[in-house]
Amino acid sequence: MVETMSGVPLDPSYGDGLQPGEYPFTRGLYPTGYRSKLWTMRMFAGFGTATDTNARFHALLRAGGTGLSTAFDMPTLMGRDSDHEWSVGEVGRAGVAVDTLADMEDLFAGIELDKVTTSMTINGPAAICMAMYVAVAEQGGVRRASLGGTIQNDILKEYQAQKEYIFPPRPSVRLVTDLVRFTTAEMPRWHPISISGYHIREAGSTAAQELAFTLANGFAYVEAAVAAGLDVDDFAPRLSFFFNAHSDFFEEIGKFRAARRIWATWMKDRYGATNPKSLMCRFHTQTAGVSLTAQQPENNIARVAIQALSAVLGGTQSLHTDSFDEALALPTEKAARIALRTQQIVAHETGAASVVDPLGGSDFVEWITDEMERQANEIFDHINQLGDGSMLEGAYAGIEDGYFVGEIADAAYRFEREVNAGRRIIVGVNEFTEGEDDEATLLSISHETEELQLKRLEKVRGDRDDEAVKASLAALVEAAERPDVNLMPPIIDAVRTYATEGEIVAALETVFGTYVETAVV
Amino acid sequence: MDEPPVDTSLSSDAEFQAPIRVVLAKLGLDGHDRGLKVVARTLRDAGMEVIYLGLRQTTESIVAACEQEDADVIGLSMHNAGHLTLAPRMVQAVDQAGLRVPVVIGGIVPADDVPTLIDSGVAAVIGPGASAEDVVSAVRGAVERQISPR
Repeated sequence: MVETMSGVPLDPSYGDGLQPGEYPFTRGLYPTGYRSKLWTMRMFAGFGTATDTNARFHALLRAGGTGLSTAFDMPTLMGRDSDHEWSVGEVGRAGVAVDTLADMEDLFAGIELDKVTTSMTINGPAAICMAMYVAVAEQGGVRRASLGGTIQNDILKEYQAQKEYIFPPRPSVRLVTDLVRFTTAEMPRWHPISISGYHIREAGSTAAQELAFTLANGFAYVEAAVAAGLDVDDFAPRLSFFFNAHSDFFEEIGKFRAARRIWATWMKDRYGATNPKSLMCRFHTQTAGVSLTAQQPENNIARVAIQALSAVLGGTQSLHTDSFDEALALPTEKAARIALRTQQIVAHETGAASVVDPLGGSDFVEWITDEMERQANEIFDHINQLGDGSMLEGAYAGIEDGYFVGEIADAAYRFEREVNAGRRIIVGVNEFTEGEDDEATLLSISHETEELQLKRLEKVRGDRDDEAVKASLAALVEAAERPDVNLMPPIIDAVRTYATEGEIVAALETVFGTYVETAVV
Repeated sequence: MDEPPVDTSLSSDAEFQAPIRVVLAKLGLDGHDRGLKVVARTLRDAGMEVIYLGLRQTTESIVAACEQEDADVIGLSMHNAGHLTLAPRMVQAVDQAGLRVPVVIGGIVPADDVPTLIDSGVAAVIGPGASAEDVVSAVRGAVERQISPR
């Protein structure tokens, strides 16, 4: 029996109307919410070499974390090897460097891959990274079918917000769809796309734009997968989402509730899904990195706690809490532990996990949920028009004509102007600035990382069978030229020869080309 | 919500004959362009002429833009902890091209790194949380010091 701190017994939920677990899931996906299963405390980590990050993974698991989440460095995210001219100064800096299968082997050394779930935050080269993960697991005797986790693989928001694209949109969406087809057939526990609003919000959008652009991208992927021959109910149960938890507490909760309702109604009415799981908007949440301040950084602990609570009251399935030092540098181990402890306090001390959708039925919370949905619907109408009735074509058109980046940049500038004019208070930045700024202890990554990684890459290149690499890349190019061929199997073959990520990307670029953004302020 | 009024106190370029011409770019792979776009609009509102190069620029492409656009100052945004490598390279490239154009850095730069960057020839570093006034005066100050070095 669940009761309050003072011994008052509690029902799983309250209210007479729509119940949690009932379509359209505004009040939550499951009748008993966190009583049956707490959210996954999934802390994002990655820096330096694969061996460095592997040690951080082991530390997080020992501290009670229940899922791994990998941050890759910029060259890896952009599909470039550590020895590429672009990579100088960036190797292992903002995440872990992965050039070849050998790095992936080190990254997951000593971790039983069928016992954890792993999230990999990578998009442009997602198919290559997925291939490496499958290859590492199978080397260790773990079947691909027993692998659980998520790969972000959401390329549309890269053109809209995060800007880590490689190929132009259409061939990129083909790679996304190939990965969806592959996991649908062979990896039933895997989530092949994490449709992400997080970066859209971080780039400056409003809450409603985050909601609408993200779900619209989700609809676009559904249309792409259906066009590739899948039945909507084959893959939709494995789609998941990733939202931002920003500082406006009730607006965020309204956004999360509206997301579930919109996804359920569109999937049922527009895309004809019949499996109840296809209608469920499952999401991961991360607190808003952009809200963290370099001034008086300890204040960020309070910001993160409140944002985390909004995600929990909004019914998130998993959560990353940011470390308080992230406006200054990558987190130290201590800062990352405080962030995890913040979630544990929300989970085990506040009672927030006792009752599902405890704010449901509040006039204000219901109103702002409706308002988020109304604003999102206006945006869907626009995208649908851009695409002549196709959300996928609307996404392409909005990328091409600068609609998404323009809307986001406008919102970001409006926000900064308000802060600058003092119409919005940021504690410690434009108000309440007195008080000593203690120097925080920051994580610094030595230049040795880059040298170590370059040596490692050189050794791998020296030890491998170059003829096998060449043959696998030639087979990949041939497959890429035929749009009906799924590229996952030839990519897995290529990574097994220790072809580098950069070599695989370069091979695909010969067929797909390279995307260059038009610079617009 | 209403647009806040444009702050005209930022737009006085009285001491200059022509508006400051500033080249803004992201050097290398880093794609975090929110801050740089806000800076671009802020400088434009302050009366400067902004040449926005956008993402994935090289030291060569930035130098070329400076020559072509007769720029007074370069603004680079760095969010990937690569500033200690990339910023000095930019300064060097400008020197090698024989240009007298100061380089201003903004983004996620720990305070401890600022002296190193200044020693390597960076004209100013603008940290997170900087106000519009801070940004405008850092850029203007860098140009003024270049014209009449102390």
